Order: sequence, then C-alpha cells, then structure tokens
Amino acid sequence: MNYRAIAAIYKFEMSRAFRTKAQSIASPVISTTLYFIVFGSAIGTRIESIDGVSYGAYIVPGLIMLTVLTQSVSNASFGIYFPKFSGTIYEILSAPISFVEIVCGYVGAAATKSVIIGLIILITANYFVPLQIKHPILMLLFLCLTAVSFSLLGFIIGLWADGFEKLQLIPLLVITPLAFLGGSFYSINMLPPFWQAVSLANPVVYLISGFRWSFYESSDIGLGISFAMIVAFLMLGFVIIAYIFRTGYQLKE
Amino acid sequence: MQSVIQISNLNKIYQGGFQALNNINLEIKKGEILALLGPNGAGKTTLISIICGIVNPSEGRIEVAGYDIISQFRETRKRIGLVPQELTTDAFETVWDTVCFSRELFGKKRDDHYVGQLLKDLSLWEKKDAQIMTLSGGMKRRVMIAKALSHEPEILFLDEPTAGVDVSLRHSMWQQVQALNQSGVTVILTTHYIEEAEQMADRISVMNKGEILLTESKTCLMQKLGKKQLSFELVEPMAAVPESLSTHRLLLSKDNRVLTYQYNTNDEETGIVALLEELKRHQIEFKDMHTQQSSLEDIFIELVKSK
Repeated sequence: MNYRAIAAIYKFEMSRAFRTKAQSIASPVISTTLYFIVFGSAIGTRIESIDGVSYGAYIVPGLIMLTVLTQSVSNASFGIYFPKFSGTIYEILSAPISFVEIVCGYVGAAATKSVIIGLIILITANYFVPLQIKHPILMLLFLCLTAVSFSLLGFIIGLWADGFEKLQLIPLLVITPLAFLGGSFYSINMLPPFWQAVSLANPVVYLISGFRWSFYESSDIGLGISFAMIVAFLMLGFVIIAYIFRTGYQLKE
Repeated sequence: MQSVIQISNLNKIYQGGFQALNNINLEIKKGEILALLGPNGAGKTTLISIICGIVNPSEGRIEVAGYDIISQFRETRKRIGLVPQELTTDAFETVWDTVCFSRELFGKKRDDHYVGQLLKDLSLWEKKDAQIMTLSGGMKRRVMIAKALSHEPEILFLDEPTAGVDVSLRHSMWQQVQALNQSGVTVILTTHYIEEAEQMADRISVMNKGEILLTESKTCLMQKLGKKQLSFELVEPMAAVPESLSTHRLLLSKDNRVLTYQYNTNDEETGIVALLEELKRHQIEFKDMHTQQSSLEDIFIELVKSK
C-alpha cells in the first residue's frame, strides 16, 4: 500500500474544504438550523410526539442523515470530478497508486467532512431540542458507514459525469427526493399501507431507520436489516468503482 | 547501452474506432535523450500516456526497467516523471504545496531540502509561497517540471515542454534538461521545434499517423538522409540550363543568377568535380559558391510527406 499517497490525497482534499469553510461547513449547518426552526420549533409544536419522542427531537437523526447523504455525494463527486475537469487527474493516474488507494484518499476525505458536518449539526440540534443518544457508538458507526457509502456513490457520479450538469443531476433528481421520502421528517408507519410498501424500495429508509434507532431505540425497520442494507450498499459502490478503474471507463480513454 | 523502456507490438484503438497507435515497437536506452517528432495527431502523446499509465493500451506490451506497466505498475510508475503538454495545475495551491503533494503521491517521504533545492534549480524559490494562478505561463511550466521531478524519477517524459515559452526560457530549459540527463535521467521529449530535437536529442523517432517511421541516432539520421546543396552565383544571368548539363539536375533560380546542385554526402561520387569541369567547358563563370546542409526540419518534412 502507498500510504503516503493516500495521506497526500486526503490532506489535499481536507485542506480544500477548510479553504472554502463557508461553502463546505457553514452552508449545510445554516440550512439544517433553518429546518429545525421551521419543522422543529414552529410546526413541530403542533404535531404529536412519535413513539414517545417529541417531533422536534424525532427529526434530528433524519435531518443529520439528509445532510450527510447530500454532503457525502457532493464532496466526493466534486473531489474527483474537478481533477478530471482541470486535467490534474493525469498525476493521480500516473502515480504508483492503486484504485483502492485513490478511493481511500478521496472517499475518506469526503466521508470525514460529512461526518464532521453531521456532528456539528448534532451539537447545533442540542440547542433547539432535548436530545438523547441511547447507543452513541452505534450512532457513530451508522454515521460513518452512511458517509462512506454515499461518498462512494458520489465518487462514482464524479467519475461518470462529463459535465457540471451531470454532476448535479443525480444529487438533485435522485438523492434529495429519496432522502426527503426516506422518513427524515416522519415515520413511514404514518403512511397508508401501499406507500409503506413503496417506501421499502427506498434504501435511505433503512439508513434513517437504523440511525434513528441508535438515538431512541425506535425504528420503522429492524436494526439488522438496516445494517445489512448499508453494508450491501457499501459493497456495491466498491464493486462499481473497481470495474470503472479496471476498464478505464471515463478515465483512461 | 542498456534498454530502459521496451515497447512491443503496441496498438491503441479509441472507443470511437480511431486507431491512434499502430504496431509500435521501440526501445529506449538508459541515459539517452530521445526526441519523438511528428505532426499533430501522430500519436506521440497517446504513446507517452500509455507508458505513464494515463491511457489503457488496446494491445501489446511495455516494460519499464524490466517491469510490465500493467501488472507491475508500482515499479514502473515510481521511476517515471511526466510533464504533460497542457498546463494543468491546481490554481489555488501554492508552488511548495503542489510539489510536496506530487512527491508524496509517488510514495516518497517528505524532504524539504530536496524540494527546496529543486525549486532553486528551477528559479522558483522566490515564488514558493505564491498561488499557482498568480504565476506566468513560463513559471507554471517550470512548476510542472518541478512536480515531475519531485520524486526523483529515473525517466522523464517531456510532452512539448517549451510550447508557448519565450526563447531565453526555452534555452534555459534545454540546459536544465541536459543537466538532468547528465545526472543519469533518461529523457523522452516530444516537440514541434525541430531545432529543439536537433539541439538536445541523442536519438530521434519520427512518428506519423500512429506509426513510427524511423528511429535513428541524430548524427546517423543526418548522415543517412542529409542532402547537401552547392550553389553557384553566376557572373552573368543565364536564360536556361544548357541541355548538355541536364544529367546534373541543376536548378536555376527565378532571377537566373544562381545555379543549384543537390548531392548526397553518402554517395561515393558526389559529382562535384565532374560538374565543375562541365561548367568550365561551357564557359559558365561564377563569382561565388557555397554549400548548405539540409536541416533536421527538411529531413522531417520529407519523411512525413513521403509516407
């Protein structure tokens, strides 16, 4: 393993995030805070508690997941797309570094940034709603696995995209709707049976459900299924990236 | 001389079906400067990109220092430094950071002394903390060279290194490349400036339409293909070349004042003595005569045209 190369890519990507603090960190924190004010404090007071948890507190895990999903995808996709766009990818491709190491550097940095943002939102939420985390280690595990999985997805999007429009296409048309309809703001048990069944086809439901269980021991889906889904998602992302590097698709042609 | 890169039966067909390289066989010797010459689209950059790992080959085998570029890519790539044609740098990074990044990317331990000396050698030391976007084109080009040399490669690829660089900087780059070569680095350069190849290269490979037309040592190439011209400045203008001199294939200038005779330096008989006797016999007087050797540029144009 070329650990120095992994560290170099990781440091480079992290320093890019800190160079653009307003865009990378402040912006998602502010938008999530607005969600808390609108859904948690203003509307939430008029909604009954769900599974014994106040609505404001109930949406915290979902909101964190919503941000972590979108940030992971956007960080990782931009991280690998920009060198492709600017041409600096030549250096990565000509370095003595395998695809696993490239992925570790870019995806590791993107996931780290998302986890940091997720934790900042968690701390911010604490000022708005009473929070309890019954299983903090499990919560961190879910947070990290989700950040890595969606960073892998973002990395794939960044490799696939051949323009800035394509870079935005999947996050806007797929990720955001899936995250909103994945139970960020409600329990899928509140839906009619047909829509409950449809929701089960949404992978985000499993992530949010498992993550919420680590907070309140209350979830729509069993913890084991949630965990299996996220691991399956992780493996799928890795297989697709391995294929892309092996064939050189959009990279070495 | 020991071989450092061995290319066998290399083909590259891009997805659209365009054949960029057609059965390339080439041996690059350790410690030499090889110039790849060819018109735009000849396949020079594709060839370099494949050796460096940026583009996948369709067929064939390449060995660098005895290692296969696909299955033993770590061994081959750590030996290679590449200065690409385009000025592709991270605009917001500083010179120092970007060179250190390149070194670590190639698995080398951070070495401030080496990087500092490299920047000094390339006259970049004063700009080490400057963001790359604030540098001139020539300086950016030197940053690219510093990045390529950051991991102390044994082989350096320079893809049109002096494109868009002013004359004085070009000459200083040539000196730096020659100094590197003298320190044992094998240099492969592509260029459109024939003068550059003539000045620097030990051997020259001419490419056209994805094929290597020839690979020869520069001196051998000049000798083999070099033609000389002998020009006579006539005392009196001549209306036409006399019929009896037609065997010498003389050319008369437009102003009818210069007769030119072309001959090959490698021929046993250049025909000069016979021509001089003929001129004397025809009482054609000349006030001056001079010779001119065909340049590498003339050779290159002739080669590419003939294929």
